[in-house]
Order: sequence, then structure tokens, then C-alpha cells
Amino acid sequence: MGNWIESKGPDSNIVLSSRIRLARNISGYHFPHVMNDEESKKIIKKLSTFMLKENRMPAGNFQLIEMADISHIERMSLVEKHVISPRLAENYKNSAVIVNDDSTVSIMINEEDHIRLQTINPGLQLWEAYKLADNIDDTIEERLDYAFDQRAGYLTVCPTNIGTGIRASVMIHLPALSMTKNLNEILNAITQVGLTIRGIYGEGSNTQGNLYQISNQITLGLSEEEIISNLAAVTGQIINMERIERAKLLQSGRARMEDSIWRALGILQNARVLSNNESLGLMSNVRLGIELGIIKDIDITTLNKLMINTQPATLIKLEGKDLDTESRDVKRAKYVRENLK
Amino acid sequence: MLCQICNKRPANVHMTKIVNGEKTELHICEQCAREKENNPMNDAPFSFSNIISSLMDFSGSGAMPYTPKENIKCPQCGLDYAEFKKTGRFGCSNCYESFGNRLEPLLKRIHGNTQHTGKVPKRTGGIIKIKRDIEKLRYELKRAIDNEEYEKAAELRDKIKNLESQDMK
Ligand SMILES: [Zn+2]
Ligand SMILES: [Zn+2]
Repeated sequence: MGNWIESKGPDSNIVLSSRIRLARNISGYHFPHVMNDEESKKIIKKLSTFMLKENRMPAGNFQLIEMADISHIERMSLVEKHVISPRLAENYKNSAVIVNDDSTVSIMINEEDHIRLQTINPGLQLWEAYKLADNIDDTIEERLDYAFDQRAGYLTVCPTNIGTGIRASVMIHLPALSMTKNLNEILNAITQVGLTIRGIYGEGSNTQGNLYQISNQITLGLSEEEIISNLAAVTGQIINMERIERAKLLQSGRARMEDSIWRALGILQNARVLSNNESLGLMSNVRLGIELGIIKDIDITTLNKLMINTQPATLIKLEGKDLDTESRDVKRAKYVRENLK
Repeated sequence: MLCQICNKRPANVHMTKIVNGEKTELHICEQCAREKENNPMNDAPFSFSNIISSLMDFSGSGAMPYTPKENIKCPQCGLDYAEFKKTGRFGCSNCYESFGNRLEPLLKRIHGNTQHTGKVPKRTGGIIKIKRDIEKLRYELKRAIDNEEYEKAAELRDKIKNLESQDMK
């Protein structure tokens, strides 16, 4: 299947990745936020013992990473790579992740819930991601009693996750729809069907790099299949709308569009100082150029790697020493130059 | 989902913040978002627990005005209902049973639904299924006895015994 950063999937020229996350709790234990240290360790041990030592896990080799054993920068870098959530990194004293070799599967322990099982695939592959998550979920359930209620389904810390406990999402690149401001209409339509859209790498409603995450909001009263079908159908429609907008833009102003794409590449290839904001914006233009076949000698996976590796913590991790904002911007420009020559 | 500020327009602006490990989410409409943005004090009143509280105080269609008199406490983790209202988070999986019907308006507001229809865990879910079957048979047994259908009652009693022995495993 491959890691979403390094390999391509269906509809990769608009959808970066498809992700499934299942929230689960083990019955008979307090939830993580009210647990003492001893109990937290017990949960980590309980899960890792049977998953790792008995080699019961599908999808390759897994290793346990206790958050307390790695540095703050390494934790933040895992967040930037979407392997763990910010919350897991913040609760580092009592949390851990069990992750496979290519980071397509990660099982967060003592996040908000005891278990947050996550699978990520490149491109639009929600069903494949769900099949794998479902399979691993069954494997875990063979050994552990989940907190489950016939009315409320899987019981979670927050009532917004109860029921299926599923959060299905796609990360999607929508430069043309963002440009033409049709996004508000889509926002309205999406919320009508129990989905939500939000920007990535941006606070609140702001987004940088024209990257959005679309996910289900309702987890109770619908089956997993219905939730994924809805999301897949809506994503399919948005992909179409984005394609149409892109075609329109090309038709009405090809020269302008090509100009902004090539200029963006020019800046990335030559800049000496690059802020994260600026570079994400420029990378969106270059990504669009690759997606439209205007830029031919750069692969989309190169851009994925650039996007992840120029995030602050990952950049510091690559450098091997702490960097202030200014030297980070210099380092970012250098990294981008070297990888886009 | 409706805007959590005005409760009128659909919520299409979503914010997530993490402050001291506490995740807070806000789902509001564009108008309310704009007002919030223009308000220099915008950070202060926003918290997930406020939102949960406001959802729970909301009496829905008005069919069942909600007046919490006594404060229920979860015997397993000690969380009481008032505290849950403040934080919006359960302390253990037993809380759901402890707070029971009181949660329904909240779940209805969040999900538009109160009954899970998705995946059931294979192993422990099996027990739930058996328990459901036993309940059904007990009901039939009672009816059989009421109707003086003793042969049928004996049959049902055997079936229940059989299922109960599976339940113990
Ligand atoms: Zn509003
Ligand atoms: Zn409890």
C-alpha cells in the first residue's frame, strides 16, 4: 500500500491521503484523563504485550514508542507526519504509540481514549484504510474487552465520538476552489450531510497551502459503511468540482496560471529565507502545476516530503540541533533548494 | 449540526484548540465566526465545556423540559453529573449507564440519533446478543405461563438455560 508521503494512490492529483481513526476503550478501567500513572502504564503494557510479543498484528512489523522515551522535537515531528495526534504528544508522560514500519498504521495508547487506532493510505482509499483498521480492531478485541453498550455503541471519553468511534477523513488539495471562492457553498452543503471540512496547518478557518481535511462529524446512528460511503461520495463530488474549476481557470487564463506556477517554483528553487507560511503557499502552486501536468520533472511525492520535512519540528530534527525562527527559515530555504534543483 | 452560538444557522466553521492538553472544539456558523473575529475579547468565553453545558441545558423541542434536581454520581469513577456538565468528558465507561437517559438529549443534539447501528465487537458483542435473546425468551416465557401453555413454557425454559450457560463462559 505504501506510506502516503512517499507513494501515490488513486486520485493522488487532488487527494493526498485517506485516514481512518477508531476510538476504543478497555472496559473496567478509568479513562486516560482520570487515570493515575500506574494504571496508564498498565494499559500500555497490556496492549503492547499481546500486540508485539505474540506477533498478532497484521500489516507488518510494529514497534512500541513510549512518548516519555523520546524528545519533545521527535514527538512534534511525529505530529507533523500525522503519525500521532498533538494530544498524544502533550500527554507524553503516560502515552505511547505502536506503529508499523512505514507508519501506515499507528495505535495511540492513552490519547483521549485508551486506544486510537489509525490507518492512513495515499490518495483516495477510504475503504482500504477501513478494511485494515477493522481487521486490526478485531485482532485487538480477541484479547481485550472493549467498553461497549448495545445502545450507545463503543463508549468514548467525549460524547462526540460515541457509537462507531470512527473518524474517517481525507486530506485534499483545493487550490482552484479556494481561488474562486466556491468553498463556502461546499462548506454549507457538507455540513448538511454530517461532514465537516477544515484547514490543515492553519488555525481555525484559516488555511495555508490550500489543504483541507474533510471528515465525518456524526458517529452515532450510522454504520461505519454509511459513514464512509457518505464521505467517499462527497469527496468524489468535490474532486469533480475542483477539476472543473481547474479546467475553467486554465481556459480563461492559461498564461496567468502557468506564470504563477512557474514563479512559485522559481522562488522555491532560489529563495534564501522561507517562512513556513510562504513556503506552504508556494508549494500549493507547484503542486497544482504537477497535478495539471504543467510541471513534469518533479514528482508529487517529492512535494509531500518537502511539505512534511519543512515543518518546524521535523526541520529541527533533520538539522540535529535547535533552531530559532530566523535560522529555521534559512534552513527551510536551503532544504527546499537542494530538493528542488 | 447547528451553530453552537446562535443555534440557528448550520455550523460550517470549525475550530480546534489545544490548551494545556485540553482539546476544545467549536462549531459555529460564518456570521458568528465573523463576529467572534471582530471581537477583541474573543478568546475568553470559548470553551468546549461551556458548549456541552449549553447543549445539555437546551431542552430540544420543549417536549421534555429538563430540570436536573438531584445530582447523580457514577459509582465506578466517582464523576458526578454536574462535573460532567462542566468538562463534557466521561470518567469511565460506566458513566454512560450511570447518567442514562439524561444523556439522550445531548446525544440527539450532537448526532441526531441515540441508537448505535454500527459494528458490534465479535467476542463481547456475542454476549450482548445472547443477553438480548434471553430477554426476548423470558418475555415469551412469561406470556406462555400466563396463557397456561406449559409445554411451550418448558421448552422456552430449556432454551433460556442453554443460553445462560453460554453467557457464563
Ligand atoms: Zn451562528
Ligand atoms: Zn464513571
